[in-house]
Amino acid sequence: MFSKEMLKLFLEGTAETFYMVLVSTLAAYLIGLPLGVVLVVSEKDGIRPMPGLNRILGILINLLRSAPFLILLVALTPVTRAIVGTSLGSTATIVPLVIGSAPFIARMVESSIKEVDAGVIEAAQSMGASPMQIVMRVMLPEAKPSLTVGAAIAITTILGYSAMAGFVGGGGLGTIAVNYGVYRYQTDVMLFTLALLVLIVQAFQEVGMRIANRIDKRKK
Amino acid sequence: MEQKEIIRIEGLTKRFSGKNGEVVALENIDLSVNEGEIFGIIGLSGAGKSTLVRCINLLERPTAGRVFVNGQELSSLSDKELRLARRGIGMIFQQFNLLMQSTALDNICFPLLLAGVNKKEAEKRALELLEIVGLSDKKNAYPAQLSGGQKQRIAIARALANEPKVLLCDEATSALDPTTTRSILSLLKEINERLGITIIVITHEMRVVEEICSRVAILDASHVVELGSVQEIFRKPKTAAARRLLFPGKENGAAVGIGERLLRIVFDGMTPFEPVIANMVLACGAPVNIMFANTRAIEGKTVGQMIVQLPESEEAVSRIEAYLNTQNITFEEVKEDVL
Repeated sequence: MFSKEMLKLFLEGTAETFYMVLVSTLAAYLIGLPLGVVLVVSEKDGIRPMPGLNRILGILINLLRSAPFLILLVALTPVTRAIVGTSLGSTATIVPLVIGSAPFIARMVESSIKEVDAGVIEAAQSMGASPMQIVMRVMLPEAKPSLTVGAAIAITTILGYSAMAGFVGGGGLGTIAVNYGVYRYQTDVMLFTLALLVLIVQAFQEVGMRIANRIDKRKK
Repeated sequence: MEQKEIIRIEGLTKRFSGKNGEVVALENIDLSVNEGEIFGIIGLSGAGKSTLVRCINLLERPTAGRVFVNGQELSSLSDKELRLARRGIGMIFQQFNLLMQSTALDNICFPLLLAGVNKKEAEKRALELLEIVGLSDKKNAYPAQLSGGQKQRIAIARALANEPKVLLCDEATSALDPTTTRSILSLLKEINERLGITIIVITHEMRVVEEICSRVAILDASHVVELGSVQEIFRKPKTAAARRLLFPGKENGAAVGIGERLLRIVFDGMTPFEPVIANMVLACGAPVNIMFANTRAIEGKTVGQMIVQLPESEEAVSRIEAYLNTQNITFEEVKEDVL
């Protein structure tokens, strides 16, 4: 199993997986973070109430979140082709990964920000802070530890999604597991990719939690 | 001294629409606070005092009525103008409400940075404020590393950063132990005297009002039921709400003499305490039963009150009353439910 070619394959697969996951997470946060902030701010008793917008966003996010990722992956093929030019390979997989995880990230961000003590926000208002100042100087900095934990969860979820993309030629470790393990019955290869995925998930989760703990100043 | 009004509240009403219909939090409140005074607003929980203080800086929008601070009618301002006006009104809270992920110094810099002061200037000013509240050595500490009293000091420094004319204190000492409460109150008093800042104190504790306030409004069931100098209200409380706040130790001493006639005698600091009772007993030849007594310092004067159970004989009672009158001592007959 560990021939030179196989090792190269695993190495390339791992690199592809990292590439997909990191780029997707970054892009998904570019969409999900502002979306999550808007969800909190626009609530009925938020700092800038916009009930209409809040409802529409909420429905849209729930719609996207209720589609199982594998279905979304297939359904989004035309969109992926239109953007990347192909629906195969790791770069193409980034498109459904971003669309599939951005709503989930928005909800995570929303719940992290809601954990911020309402009293602190009220204090900022009493000092004459504008809604934008409250978001940038109170909500996001105060929610940083919780946002970090959320990012660790998001990144591992996206890793799981990326492996699913292996079934439709998405590249990375998922494709190796499917091609060798499922189609060629090479169980050992499948188990080894699985072990690699477990290790990567553990690493991301552990690092995320440690960073969150280190930056949280609520602990003495 | 000519007294200049700094806060005026006219016909303020606040209703909340909740699940069970409308709730009236405040009804038709008229109030005015003079520049440089420490004004108390006292009431039991649910009386509406937190809502009232939030209507002063418009954290709560009044349903009806007008609020003037510093000559500006806040309720008529645009959002942007209101934010600007709020910089002139500091506020501190029961739970301190500090930024937990920022150091003490950064917490004090925060309102300055909001106001557009540059970082260097803000830090310079924050260090001065830390000095005023006596926590210069804690500038790099995070709130979680500070005690309750220290957190409130940082919050006070933060509230003073933009040099406000008015400081609102919402139950600022309610989460603190008695010793810390006293030190925070004396800091507030010092700030009032040194910087001339008008302070509004919201509390449910009479001792807070007695310690630092010159005037007080008693809030009960959404209304101001009594308003006057602390001494005046202490000497002659007119309403049941005021009496409830004056005698918090209701359970103590209630066992003896229920249904008997009681007399409340007030010592206003001019006459010494003990000789009066001793002399009264000697002069009238009638014993009294002391049910309740305490002394407090109000604005530097020691004042006290005592509740005595009167003798059964009507004649002895009239002798006692006559004696107190000749001594110019304030007294009133009270019902047993004050105890």
